[in-house]
This record gives sequence, structure tokens and C-alpha cells, in this order.
Amino acid sequence: MTDPIAPIASGSSSSTGSPNSAGYPSSTGSPSSSRGGRRAARAAGEPTPPSGIRRIRLPQKLRNLELALLLFACAINAGAIVLVQLGALGAIDTQLILLGAGLSALVLALHISMRFVARDADPFLLPIATLLNGIGIAMIYRIDIAEGDTGWDSAAVRQIVWSAIAIVCAIVTILVIRNHRVLFKYTYLSGLVAIVLLLLPLVPGLGDDHDGAQVWISIAGVMNFQPGEIAKIALAVFFAGYLVRNRDSLSMVGRTFLGMRFPRARDLGPLLVVWALSMAVIVFQRDLGTALLYFGLFLVMLYVATGRLSWIVLGLSLFLAGALIASQVLEYVGNRFANWLNPFDPARYEAEVGGSYQLVQGLFGLSNGGLIGTGWGQGRPDITPVPQSDYIIASLGEELGLAGIFAILALYLLFVSRGFRIGFAGQDDFGKLLGVGLSFVVALQVFIVVGGVMRVIPLTGLTTPFLAAGGSSLVANWIIVALLLRLSDTVRNHPRLVIDG
Amino acid sequence: MNRELKRITILVFVMFLSLFVASTIVQYAQAEALANDPRNSRTLYESYSVERGPILVGGEPIAYSQPSDDDYKFQRVYANGPLYAPITGFLPVNGEATGLERSLNSYLSGQSSTQFFDQLNRLISGQDPMGASVEVAIDPVAQQAAWDALGDYTGAVIVTEPSTGRIIAMVTKPTYDPNSLAVHNSGEVQDTYQALLDDPSDPLYNRATGGDMNPPGSVFKLVVTAAALESGQYTPDSTFPNPAELTLPGTNSVVRNTDGGTCGGGAQVTLADALRLSCNIPFAELGMALGDDAIREQAEKFGFDSEFDIPTATEPSTYPRALDEPQTALTAFGQGDVRATPLQMAMVSAAIANGGIVMNPNLVDQITAPDFTPLQEFQKSEFGRAISKQTADTMVQMMVNGVENGAASNARIDGVSVAGKTGTAENGESDPYTLWFTGFAPADAPQYAITVLVEDGGGQGQEGFGNGIAAPVAKQVLEAVLNK
Repeated sequence: MTDPIAPIASGSSSSTGSPNSAGYPSSTGSPSSSRGGRRAARAAGEPTPPSGIRRIRLPQKLRNLELALLLFACAINAGAIVLVQLGALGAIDTQLILLGAGLSALVLALHISMRFVARDADPFLLPIATLLNGIGIAMIYRIDIAEGDTGWDSAAVRQIVWSAIAIVCAIVTILVIRNHRVLFKYTYLSGLVAIVLLLLPLVPGLGDDHDGAQVWISIAGVMNFQPGEIAKIALAVFFAGYLVRNRDSLSMVGRTFLGMRFPRARDLGPLLVVWALSMAVIVFQRDLGTALLYFGLFLVMLYVATGRLSWIVLGLSLFLAGALIASQVLEYVGNRFANWLNPFDPARYEAEVGGSYQLVQGLFGLSNGGLIGTGWGQGRPDITPVPQSDYIIASLGEELGLAGIFAILALYLLFVSRGFRIGFAGQDDFGKLLGVGLSFVVALQVFIVVGGVMRVIPLTGLTTPFLAAGGSSLVANWIIVALLLRLSDTVRNHPRLVIDG
Repeated sequence: MNRELKRITILVFVMFLSLFVASTIVQYAQAEALANDPRNSRTLYESYSVERGPILVGGEPIAYSQPSDDDYKFQRVYANGPLYAPITGFLPVNGEATGLERSLNSYLSGQSSTQFFDQLNRLISGQDPMGASVEVAIDPVAQQAAWDALGDYTGAVIVTEPSTGRIIAMVTKPTYDPNSLAVHNSGEVQDTYQALLDDPSDPLYNRATGGDMNPPGSVFKLVVTAAALESGQYTPDSTFPNPAELTLPGTNSVVRNTDGGTCGGGAQVTLADALRLSCNIPFAELGMALGDDAIREQAEKFGFDSEFDIPTATEPSTYPRALDEPQTALTAFGQGDVRATPLQMAMVSAAIANGGIVMNPNLVDQITAPDFTPLQEFQKSEFGRAISKQTADTMVQMMVNGVENGAASNARIDGVSVAGKTGTAENGESDPYTLWFTGFAPADAPQYAITVLVEDGGGQGQEGFGNGIAAPVAKQVLEAVLNK
């Protein structure tokens, strides 16, 4: 572990002696002075900070770019909802448009908060998340119309409310966590939180068996929540902190075998623990996707931290062995594999439980979309089971076509690459690892879900980030957005100031 | 750390690349196969929710879509449904379509590759997607005449143009009303369909192109005659022994002529007379002399054992394989295991009328996009040459004789020379006969080839004959089309 975040304003003279633990770049010298006060001061021609800093800070080019992209994203989202209404209803219904406008206002609020507390954050993350979230709402709304759900039965209305909650969570995150190093302190607490969250659905009375997977909790039967979604953030924080602390012992020691340096037996502990955790998820929660997600996240972070390929080899062998045994022993895993290999086999297609009906209908839907799609509201995504959550990508593929799928995948890819950028440009290892972990978890989740739908890998139930209906997933992914924004802000402004100083 | 990160970046790119490739495979490469999967209900819904193109006869729609208030958006309507049922088929809300509704579904529903840019244009300009219209070759006058002439018989009539292969009439009876299967209530469709399936008269069969495959009986003698003339060893004047009974070698089976006597007078009979009077014994002798391979080869040149999509799929007619001598003798007058559709026999007559060349049969003239640009015009195409021009000319004369002073006399039309051949096929010891007529007119410049099939002996058991029942039907249809 090399370099904790240097005081941000190291080059900006003594004015930053304040107890601004968040590393917030206070250029006026006093953390208590209000924004309004500063503006007034500037207008009055009072002394300003050293010109070097001001020139870089003031134009907020990044935020202006973000604003433009954000408005563009909101316009596309509004257009999508209008097209859904025209396509499926044949008329315009203002209620949902107003709700959508409310969301746009919240996103803009997040944008404005960043103008104050994260000026140099990456300008692409927020518009991409907004766009994906909006397209998801439009599709969920479109399926509501097909299934005749209105009011509070409508998944779209619930999705909008959850989006609002999620964006508020993101605003709070970015306002409260002014410096990601705070999270480093809570490494082990995060680990504990992750375990507790994962165990919650197994608590009698709280767990809610949903589509066969024990990953939901239900509070008073009203609020359903998938704590595993939040757990992935806690896990990323824990892994980052733990690996930064212990990377030396994990990477340096060991003996060479077959050209690779393998770790000592006693250093295998963490790997085995995470592996056991993943296997427990497969066995007790019956959730292959989540297990793969956690384990993949851990492996990648372990590899980035230690640079040792042997960890990947060991880890992958362990996981594959586990999955192979599970496919023989556990019926639901066996079914997933059989469906993946032979979805069109009539026996699999017609199986009452664990058959390939959903997978095949999803493929039919996608093929129905073809290159350009049927257009919003013109397809039949409602034929496929759960078209608004696990299968939303098939629904989108049907109505927006291959072109739409490519656009959505490209958005995810851009999102992930912006996150990786933090890893490349970051100064402190904890921030680098956390940024990579959080972005990779999004990439892996997209791969597991979309790959399952497209028959690249066996189908497992996971939500598609930002798109799929589901509150916990939205909250988790928006918090990831906030954390990545926070990380990118420190990455961007840090080196400039060093050069400047 | 950055080196590892680079590798992970590559890993992520590979992961996404696999998604790009997989989605391209599903949505582009396999799209057609997935759309054609019978379990794909979307294809069906899709075919309903676009304004499906009409099927036209002489510019008038026989199948069209009109807006409906339910889930399917459009109701398919079949004008004059029972008359055109074997052509249009039907499009049920559950289950598979039939007829042109099935075979031209991609055009009618606007999903064919030639309509891609048209649909893209409509998508962008916000117009509702619309399917292409299909103009069929059917002539409404001929179709109605065939329907009327067949009356209450169980059977089929098919009329084609010898020089093009265009099918200008195709009637099958008994039939059904496709409207009753196009209702938007799957339970009702299921019940109606089951009732039709259970109906002993099999109204869902298209007897013109399939159904109960019948033995062709004496109309198959045209094929055997063609084989004989083509072999170069026989002429119409070649003679055969003329007994009243023929016991097939190595068996107890006895072959008799239709009237139980000899074929005309004399100890010898010519090939021309044997065909004109439709005698079985000379043909049994001829068949054994030619051998089954020669007959099969000739039959296959006429289209037997081949599948024809008109573009609706049809049942291939069959000539059996690996026969011994007695079996060959039976096939030579269209019994044994020979099976033929009216479509196939129409192709035999049409080929003789067309100087020996078999044209591929075809039901569709043109497919036109909603903006009136032609998407596909059907060109006539040759299946191949079945017999030489000389053989064809000889056979035309032999068939004209058959109508003028032979076994097909009931097809005579005043002022027009008609060429024809009747058939009366046995189905079993006491089962009703299958009655046939195939021919064309005018014989000197053939415009129309016609084949009539009447099953169940035309209601007369073993009393009815091809000349008594099938030939008058053909005559009535030919008169109607020639007087247009």
C-alpha cells in the first residue's frame, strides 16, 4: 500500500488547514464559508485564491459536458415513454410523464450536488446510468400496459419510486462520503455487513422464497428486498481494504510450480472462505448467478492486487469443481446446465419445473426483434416469463432489435471503462482496487444476465443493472455510481494540482 | 497493478465481445430459424398484428385483414371461404397456418428480406407495418365452374395452363370455411378444428394436391404409353396378344379388361386401340415387356416421386420401387402401389399438350408491396422434358381418338377437339372405385389442361366409371373456360 490520498489542495497554499477530512477542495480557506458567500465575494472583486487553481477549477467543463449529456439522456427517456404510449396505448398519458419528469429533476439535483462536492467527477457515469434507468422504466411501463397493471400494481410506478429512492441514496452517498479513504477504515465492518446481508434471507420469517431462489427478504409482506445486491458493494469495499492490507503476503511468498508461483497453504484462507461463501449461496440460497458474481469479483480483485495468475487458476478450478459437483448433486443447477445445452429439446421445453420454456421464449422474442426491433410497444415481450426483471434485456432486444442491444451493451461497456479509468489513473491502491471492483461487478453482472439470456453461459437469475425492475438492485447500482463518481473526482483533480503546484 | 488491470480490461472486452457475437447470432443469423419454430407464438401474433397483405384473385381479395378491437388488432376475413380454402388455407390464433397463409407468410406479414427497407421506412416514418399482397393465378370463372361442375362429389378438380404451369382452378370437396378457423378464440378454433379432423369425409384434405392418395387407374396408361413410345421399340401400331383373360406369371391373379371381353375384335390389338379403349390386358403385357425401371423412369420425368411447392407444399405422387413381374403388370394400368394426385396427372396431360415439356406448377402470379412496387413476379419454369416432341404429338392424337371414339366419349365438346383419358381405379375387393379424367383442350392449340378426381365411386360404389362421372365434370369446366 503506497500512497494515501494526498491533501487535495497541497499546492494551494496554507488556506487548506481546515479539518476538512473529506478532502474537499476548499479554495476559500474556510470550510464554513457558504457558496453564496463566495460568489458574492467574487462579484465584489475581493481577493481570490491563487490564479493557478482558479483557472482550472472555475469553468467546470466536465460538469457542463455532464449536464448536456444528462439533458440528452432525459430527452431520450421521455421520448421512449412517449413512444411506448403511442405504440401500446395509442394515446399520451401525462401521469407517467410527470413522474418521469420528477426523476429527471432528482438526477439534476445529483448533478447540481456534484457541482459543489465533486466537480471533477467523471462526466459520463451519471448520464449513462440515467439513460439505462430510464430505458428500463420505459420497458417496464410498456409491459405493465400489456399486462393491464395500473396504479400501485404497476411495476413501472414502483420502479420510478425506487429510482427516486436510489438517486436520493446516491446524493446522500456523494454528500456524506467526501473522501473514499473513509471506507478503508471500515474494511472489516464492511465484510461483516456483507455476511449479515447475505444471511438475512435465510432467517426464518424474514426470507421470502421467490422463483425458487432464497435471496429475498420480505418486511411485513410489503417491502421486498434483495440484500445480496447491497452486499456486493460491501464485499467490494471489504475485498479492496483487505487485499491492500494483505497483498504482500498474498503475492510474495510461495513456491513455484509449473512456472507459476503458488501461494502458501496458510495464505489460501481468504480464497477458501470466499469460495465456501459462494458455495453456500449456491446450496442454501439456490442462486448460481450471485455466487458466480461474488466469486468472480473476488478473483479479479485478488488478481489485480497481487498480480499472481496462480490465484485465478486456483480459484477458477475451485469454482468450476464446485459448480460441476453442484450440477450433479443439485437438481436446479443440473436443470440450468441441461437447458443451456439443449433448450429446444421438447422434454426440456415442456418440463413443468426447471424447464427451458423461459429461455426459449426469450430467444423467440430476441429473434422477433431482428436487426431493428419491432419498435416500442409493437412486440410481444409479455409472452416471456418475468419480462420486466430477469428478462428485460430480451424484452428490449425484441422491441429495439439488435441495434438496441448493441447500444445498451456499448453503454455498459463505456460505463465500465470509465470505472476502470479510475483504476489506471488512481493514486492510492485502495481507491484503484475499489474502482476496479465496483466497475467489474457491473460488467460481470451484465455478462452473467445477458450471457444467460443469449445462451453464452447457463441462465442464472440476476438483475440487469439499472434496467431491471427491482428496488434493491437500483439502490445498489446507484450507490455504485455515487462511489465511482467520488473516486473519479479524486483521481481527476489530484494530479492536476500536483502539476500545478 | 496496471499490467493486471490491462489484462482485466481485455477480459471485460472479451466478455462483452461474446455478448455482441451471441446477440448477433440470435437476432440475425438464427432469427429466421427461430421465427419458424412451431412453438414460437410470436410469429403468429406478429402475423396478426401487422395489417397482413391480402390474397387476390383477379384483383378481388379472397383473404384480407380488417381492424378488430381485440388483442390481435386485425381479423382475417376469407371472402367466399369454402371455394378458395385449398388456396388460401387458414391462419388460426393457435396452431399452424396452412395453404398460402403458411407458405407465403413472410411476404403477407411483411417480414420477408425483400421488404426489409420498406419496413424500416415505415418504422421511421411512424406508419403501421403492412404486409405484401399476393395475386394468385386462379381464374375466378374457372374456379367457380370447377366448383359447380364437381357438385356434391367427393374429389377435386385442377385446371392448369400447359405452357406455363399456372394453376387457374383448384377445387376440393368436401371442404370447410376458413373463417370458422380464423376466429380470435383459441378454444373455439380448437373445437372447430377437432370437429373437422373427426369428420369422416376429411374436409381438411386438399384432394387436388394430396389427401387420400389414390391409385390413378387407367389414366396412368398415359405414362406407360409414353415410356413405350420413348423406348423406340413401340409405335401406336405395335400389336399385343388380345386374350379375354391374362393370368399373371407365377400367380393366380387374373387380369381382365373393363367389360370382361377382349379388347375390340381380333387376336391382336394395337397400342393405339388399347389406349383408346383403355384395355388392361395389353397394358399389363406392355408393362411386363418394358419392366418397372423403364416405367418408373418415365413417371419420374413427369414429376412422380418429386415434391413440388406451388409454393404451398404438395404430396409427391409415387411409383413403387423394386417390383416383380406381376406387380409391374398391375402398375401398368395404374393399380398396385402407384399413387397419384390430380396435380400430378394434370402435369402429365399438360406435358403432352406442351410438346413434352413439364412445367413446374405454380399458384402465384405476383407479390406486390403495399406501395405497389412488385417484390416478386413468378416466371414460368421448366421441370424438364418428359417426352420428345414427336412422342407428344403422337400421344395428343391418341388421346383425341380416346374422346372422339373411345372410352372417354363423355368429354366431347361440339366444335372443339378435346384430348383425354379416363380412369376407374379399384381400391379393394368391395370398396368404391376412384374415378378419373385427365385431358386438355383445344387439342390442336392446348390452352387448358384439366384433371378431375372423384372418390367413393361418385356415390355409385362399383357401378360408376370415369367416363360416366369424371368426364362430364371435365367437359362442363372446359366449356366454361373456353367460352369465357
